Amino acid sequence: MPGLGASFGRGGATTFQQDLQNADCIVIMGSNMAENHPVGFQWVMEARERGAEVIHVDPRFTRTSAMATQHVRIRPGTDIAFLGGIINYILTHERWFDEYVKAYTNASAIIDERFRDTDDLDGLFSGFVEEKDSYDLASWQYEDLSLKGSAGRRMGSAASGNKEATHPLSPREQAAQKRLLEHGEPPHYDPTLQHPRCVFQLLKKHYARYTPEMVERICGTPREQLVRVAEALCANSGRERTSAFCYSVGWTQHTVGVQYIRAASIVQLLLGNIGRPGGGILALRGHASIQGSTDIPTLYELLPGYIPMPQAEHVDMKTFLEKSMPKHGLWTHMDAYMISLMKAWFGENASAASDWCFNYLPRITGNHSTFPSIMGMLLGDVKGFFVVGENPAVGSPNSSLHRRAMANLDWLVVRDFFEIESAAFWYDSPEIETGKLRAQDVKTEIFFLPAADHLQKQGSFTNTQRLLQWHHQAVEPEGDCRSELWFYYHLGKRIREKLRDSAEPRDGALRDLTWEYTTLGEIEEPDAHAVLREINGWGMDGKALGTYLKLKPDGSTACGCWIYCGVFENEQNHAARRKPGSEQSWVAPEWGWAWPMNRRILYNRASADPSGEPWSERKRYVWWDAEKRTWSGEDVPDFIADKAPDYVPPDGAKGDAALDGQSPFILQGDGKGWLFAPDGLVDGPFPTHYEPEESPIRNVLYERQSNPVRERWESANNPYHPAPGKPGAAVFPYVSTSYRLTEHHTAGGMSRNVPHLSELQPEMFCEVSPELAAERGLENGGWATIVSARTAIEARVLVTERIPDYVIDGAPTHVVGLPYHWGSRGISTGDSVNDLWSISVDPNVHIQETKASSCDVRAGRRPRGKALTALVNDYRRRAGLPVEE
Amino acid sequence: MSWPLLRQFGRDRLALGEAAQSARTAAIEPRTATADRVVRSICPYCAVGCGQKAYVKDGKVVHVEGDPDSPISRGRLCPKGSATRTLSQSPLREYKVKYRRPYGTAWEELDLDTAVDMIADRVIATRAQTWEAADDKGQPLNRTMGIASLGGATLDNEENYLMKKLYTALGVVQVENQARI
Repeated sequence: MPGLGASFGRGGATTFQQDLQNADCIVIMGSNMAENHPVGFQWVMEARERGAEVIHVDPRFTRTSAMATQHVRIRPGTDIAFLGGIINYILTHERWFDEYVKAYTNASAIIDERFRDTDDLDGLFSGFVEEKDSYDLASWQYEDLSLKGSAGRRMGSAASGNKEATHPLSPREQAAQKRLLEHGEPPHYDPTLQHPRCVFQLLKKHYARYTPEMVERICGTPREQLVRVAEALCANSGRERTSAFCYSVGWTQHTVGVQYIRAASIVQLLLGNIGRPGGGILALRGHASIQGSTDIPTLYELLPGYIPMPQAEHVDMKTFLEKSMPKHGLWTHMDAYMISLMKAWFGENASAASDWCFNYLPRITGNHSTFPSIMGMLLGDVKGFFVVGENPAVGSPNSSLHRRAMANLDWLVVRDFFEIESAAFWYDSPEIETGKLRAQDVKTEIFFLPAADHLQKQGSFTNTQRLLQWHHQAVEPEGDCRSELWFYYHLGKRIREKLRDSAEPRDGALRDLTWEYTTLGEIEEPDAHAVLREINGWGMDGKALGTYLKLKPDGSTACGCWIYCGVFENEQNHAARRKPGSEQSWVAPEWGWAWPMNRRILYNRASADPSGEPWSERKRYVWWDAEKRTWSGEDVPDFIADKAPDYVPPDGAKGDAALDGQSPFILQGDGKGWLFAPDGLVDGPFPTHYEPEESPIRNVLYERQSNPVRERWESANNPYHPAPGKPGAAVFPYVSTSYRLTEHHTAGGMSRNVPHLSELQPEMFCEVSPELAAERGLENGGWATIVSARTAIEARVLVTERIPDYVIDGAPTHVVGLPYHWGSRGISTGDSVNDLWSISVDPNVHIQETKASSCDVRAGRRPRGKALTALVNDYRRRAGLPVEE
Repeated sequence: MSWPLLRQFGRDRLALGEAAQSARTAAIEPRTATADRVVRSICPYCAVGCGQKAYVKDGKVVHVEGDPDSPISRGRLCPKGSATRTLSQSPLREYKVKYRRPYGTAWEELDLDTAVDMIADRVIATRAQTWEAADDKGQPLNRTMGIASLGGATLDNEENYLMKKLYTALGVVQVENQARI
């Protein structure tokens, strides 16, 4: 996540689940952890048993709230206002952890005099380029530093983050930083924090308006509740105590989602809670290996280990490295990581003489994420599509658009355990029902291939705390079921055979690719160990490497993903380590293997004070051992092992040597946690409250209603609700939000097809308050129809006080809660919530807003067939939007 | 004395032991005791990463339960994790390739080998048809914008690795997964 990346240097969970037991206060926001990560939640309960305060800030009262010591309600889409209220409280009541803030954050840095805040420009930061809907970041920089060519980054590869990912800042972002911070520190700073343009004073000014009264107006949270949360956090932070934050996609799926996480980062930096036991920000991810799928990315803008994909202007390896490789920090060795990757992929063919086969790599030229690809399918440009363990027909916002896109392909391959909606849309979908699609008109050729499950194959998952864990194979897959490993290996083998004699330059990469893997058994399953070993890499002697520090830029080492280097040290699969937790320290370093270098808490240098002593005995974790002249402790120190706390960089120092002994955030150019982000984000150096794309509420802070640089695709197929005050806005008067249930999993493929889970949670429903039920004549157990400008869906009604009403700026506001798991296939079926949403996305990471929108609700079931289209058209007409044929 | 209620008047007043037993319950054994082997696994649902033990008998998974050795999960599983065996053995599970020809109105059968071969042909053809060697400035692009891929967050690292490696060699850049969605 760039929210964490821009604040701390690496984009991921700063801590691990078991560490929550050490917290004195835990704030869970944007997450229903007890229901969606129930087993991880045991560590919250451990903390509570030890007397910790557990605070759940959420629009609904859930089982997480029931287990918390405080439930605090909040209108969906307003968390930045709430967190801004906490920042305001800390600053106005002088409750920050002064030593930590002064030593470990950029509070003292002085910012360019051209910088203007949102209060000066009515919701805009300085540098807004109206015609591009983007910011020029030049005025956000440290004084006397300038950043070249930052505008327009949003369409390129710079925004290399994503909702669920942990990653360091991309080298390009790093490069930008290092241009700024040649000497490892800002050129001007004021250690007294009094300079009017120092970060600390700007922060104070920015959050001055986020008073408890303002929070109450925006969030609908009673002001005394905000004060109670802020006070609990302040009381449980400092030398002796630490507080932790947990979040999930309730924070990320917004048009300003990255800034939600930034806001929490500011709170945690002010209170001194990063890098310390019981502190941190824990991102809770929803898929078994979503972290792994970013580390070894099935993402367009990255190569393994967060190396950026080359762009068109990178005509050769030299240019690529020059333009992408920073001058300081870990990324100064990107040449070694990159050339080792090329050796892993192209073997002997990658040499200095062949420019390491760099020219075999495809180039990116803009945003090639999933939404532009879908638009490409609708236009007929994208002709073939692989859907592998995903279900966009149910799981993607404005799913109708995705189904219609798939109906416009030449060919489609779907690999899954079940015949999911994304395989069946051509004869079973809302478009078939309304007559917008007919099977005999759909040209797409479809291959459905059954997949093997995790018990039928071996391999590693990377969990939410960056931990690789190996699952062994229990049984052979049945019938045609095969792993993805099998499918892609054999597909690649087949294609290579067919093109063996090709003289086309484009086929060179396939011909020269290393694609020989040992296979096992009758079905010729590639050996996953061999693949993990390639990911780990080897040296000149052919032996598995133990650390990425040994990677070389001269072609003598090969490594498929540098951050995973070490997982196969000494030819052992460390992901498969299973020393029982009961036989190890609470950190359990010998269970699985975590990147980087098996560290469990990141930035753990900050668990010691500037002199290297633990802040307190109670919060002892990593410290400077003056006798042995090394850092030691419970975890692998996240610092140069022998860099003393009093180390001062000599003139002209580079890389790690340019950072002093009191800079725990070693991937940041200045080694500090960033309260103000001069770079790395495209929508502002400070988080500020904007309303969601679709909201019935006016932004009371500024004239700007929503994030000015959010990405939109306005079309007849993707219309947006009118903003409040505009004609037709009242047509969609309620706030809507979506969430998961314990018994189901995302788009339902792995749960609606499972008998036990379908029985436990059999039917789509919506949650409404008694007041809304009365207003719209909804009956508990009856039916409701939820309407947006995209479509209308039906759901059983659950009338419950657990979804409260809000009084926003004096007006009562109702919220409709919608679990989003359903679709038309499987044992338990129902209308799909994602059909309701528009596609409107965060500009940093291209993630859609599905956690706060607007809608209407009516009693009864929705109409069928063409009558459904007519109903939606009636709403569109009243809202002043184009109608659909 | 076969009626449990009567037996409850004896030593087992709360009916938590022998009073609740029958000849049948006395004769059955837990599946964990009769399994041939135990395989260590990891839950495939969310990213908590709970440890699992899969019990196998006669080449079939008969039971999946939490692994008490895991320092993260300490033996626990949630409802989804506990349903892992039924996920694997659901009556809706597909075991055969299905093929739908353009404008077809029904699925057809296709053997796996033919399917992989046909997909390979489609990839080669689409790639040839949509290949972009260079941009208008003559800078190399080496790619196809005619093929896209979505998926990865539930897959193994090794699988994602081979996917990215093959796609990159094919010139496919539109590779995405759930991490974005």
